[in-house]
Amino acid sequence: MILRAEGLRKLYGEVCALDGVSLAIDAGEFVSIIGPNGAGKSTLINVLTGVLRPTAGAVTFKDRDVSGLGPARLARLGIARSFQLVQIFPDLTVLETLQAAVVSRLGRGTRLFASLAADREVQEGAIDVAELFGLGEKRHVPAKQLPQGDKKLLDVASAFALRPELILLDEPTSGVSTADKTTIMESLVSASKRIGVRAIIQVEHDMDIVFAYSDRIIALHEGRVLADGPPAAIEADRRVVDTVVGRRARAG
Amino acid sequence: MSGRLVLAAALGAAVLAPLVAPTYQALLMLPFMAYAVALLGLNLLFGYTGLVSFGHALFLGIGAYTGAFLTSVFRVRSMEVILVAAAALGALVAAPVGALCVRYVKIYFGMLTLAFGMVFYTFVLKFYRLTGGDEGMPFLRPALLGRSLEGLSKIDYLVGPYYYYSLAVLVLATLVMWRIVRSPFGLCLKTIRDNPTKAETLGIGVARYRWYAFVISAVYAAVGGALLGPPTGNVDPTLAYWTQSGNIVFMTLLGGFASFFGPVLGACRSSRSGG
Repeated sequence: MILRAEGLRKLYGEVCALDGVSLAIDAGEFVSIIGPNGAGKSTLINVLTGVLRPTAGAVTFKDRDVSGLGPARLARLGIARSFQLVQIFPDLTVLETLQAAVVSRLGRGTRLFASLAADREVQEGAIDVAELFGLGEKRHVPAKQLPQGDKKLLDVASAFALRPELILLDEPTSGVSTADKTTIMESLVSASKRIGVRAIIQVEHDMDIVFAYSDRIIALHEGRVLADGPPAAIEADRRVVDTVVGRRARAG
Repeated sequence: MSGRLVLAAALGAAVLAPLVAPTYQALLMLPFMAYAVALLGLNLLFGYTGLVSFGHALFLGIGAYTGAFLTSVFRVRSMEVILVAAAALGALVAAPVGALCVRYVKIYFGMLTLAFGMVFYTFVLKFYRLTGGDEGMPFLRPALLGRSLEGLSKIDYLVGPYYYYSLAVLVLATLVMWRIVRSPFGLCLKTIRDNPTKAETLGIGVARYRWYAFVISAVYAAVGGALLGPPTGNVDPTLAYWTQSGNIVFMTLLGGFASFFGPVLGACRSSRSGG
């Protein structure tokens, strides 16, 4: 077991976004979290990655209680994430963005007088990830000048540059063209194998991608786990079909 | 390459200025060099970390008053000791002040730093017996590299040894800052400036790095403040007043905070126009 969440509850004032969510992720799994808008998917990702503190419940990562730890500490422990809305460093180039992740991974951020340009491990680490995600030729382009698909790819690539054990992707293909969706998914699956990511959790609305890539699917509805199982079981679950999956599953 | 040529030409002009320029012009270079040191530090916070401080006159004041105290109360006349003490005291004050301020950003950060600056201003203004109040404190002529230089007239001292001493400090401060912004640390600061949320998820402790930048910028401002003392020979509370904080932010904006040498140019323009 790499990650376990027990009884997660998150309140925004009177609104309950998560209501006793429990889940467990094993090494080697690609898990998709699905649900209608407002089901609590992004809140769950934010709680699991330390961006939000749960109102109640606990998160353990490799048997260590990590509840309440911030995203920076979780990233250093081996949990990385990407965002639903693309998060980049607009004025930094592709290479600088990836270098920042490698610097953080190697714990070299406090080196005040070391030359970044002369640090071969950082340079090579960043170039490796850029090549892995097909961004090698654009490595000197400022992130703000990239097309939307490449921005998304860079957001995901920078998370991979941390060489995490667990990666959480919040709608990795949202806001990009259909062609870019496949590129992003193929890149991240092959990068996970190459880098040695032990488990992937993604939030996704595109059911074709969910069913094509997932080992397991967790369906959320109104802040609760509606169903948790392999794709075939989820597709056959009438409650999930009615509330989340819709016509795709019916057609299937 | 052309950038290096421009830099070499600027350095050459600065070296030759006391020999070829009128004395008044050479004297104007002294506050320029002092402010340039302070602005290199301020820009680490502003241009590289994305935090605008409206209270950095606090650290200019600390540097200047450190020199005044050391020379006129403790009879310490070594400029090297003054600079090291100013830097150390600047860091000592910046550590708790920064720890509080960097928890906030944007205007809240600016207002908090302004408040701390005004607390210091009020302190040096009201503690008359200790600081001389609005009359200030004398900053006696410091010895440079162990040489007392008391035999020189004030003008000869300022446009001669003190000028080159200030230039050497500026060059050294520039080289150190050049190294810092091109280090892994400098890259982490730039990620925080651009997108702190993303930086945090890459494992970069945003508050911690902002604090480091704040303390380093305070050290630079304190060293700049200490260099400001000898030309006037007196340090008074106006150096720590909020308008002074505004001046140095304005100088940074004038020169351009997006480039490394922008603030230095801003200091030059501002000093030469008497600002």
